[in-house]
Amino acid sequence: MGRILTRDEVLQRIPQQEPFRFVDEILEIDDEHVVASYRFRPDAEFYRGHFPGNPVTPGVILIESMAQCGMVPLAIYLTAQEMELDEAEKFQTLFTEANVEFTGMAQPGDRIINTTRRVYWRRMKLKAEVEMSLEDGTVICAGHLAGLGVPI
Amino acid sequence: MEATEIQEKVVKILTPYVKDQDALATVSGETNILEDLKVNSARLVDVVLAFEDAFDIEIADEDVDEVNTVGDCVRLIGAKV
Repeated sequence: MGRILTRDEVLQRIPQQEPFRFVDEILEIDDEHVVASYRFRPDAEFYRGHFPGNPVTPGVILIESMAQCGMVPLAIYLTAQEMELDEAEKFQTLFTEANVEFTGMAQPGDRIINTTRRVYWRRMKLKAEVEMSLEDGTVICAGHLAGLGVPI
Repeated sequence: MEATEIQEKVVKILTPYVKDQDALATVSGETNILEDLKVNSARLVDVVLAFEDAFDIEIADEDVDEVNTVGDCVRLIGAKV
């Protein structure tokens, strides 16, 4: 059977890579929650167009970062406990649902802290409550995400 | 609980996930949840959890694999209530 992965082992297994990687560090992880951080690179290509002369991190990128900082690592952590690692590594967690409200903005260079709490994990589906904050504690978006582990 | 009563509750639980609302007008035990009602397969876990809450039962993951139609749901739930 599987085993409990360390924070670093989980981080290494997050499949998204540059230029579409939006997680730097996993700060805490257990069966019920994960806390992770990411600093938005000021030279990211999307700032050139969103918006010219006034760069703001797009909401869709914030949602992706919420997933990479939360749903993806928590699903990796939970899947690894249920089966052998070589089997677990065949699964990628793909988005099924997102319901998020935005209450603030992330500027280029801002570091975010993302906290994800499991609502349920069943049949390789993870539903989670997610909150993203700036380093000063200001919540900029929160809601629910869900994803399904799919062998691809 | 009568099968008709179970089916009414099953259909009510499925309704928010149904993409083809017209198919609800002719729903029967033979109605396929994914193919006829166009429920997203990724939402089946939510449906099963709602069944468990509504009927106060537990449904094993292996049993879910056998469920394709509304009638399958009614039989599975009927055996547990």
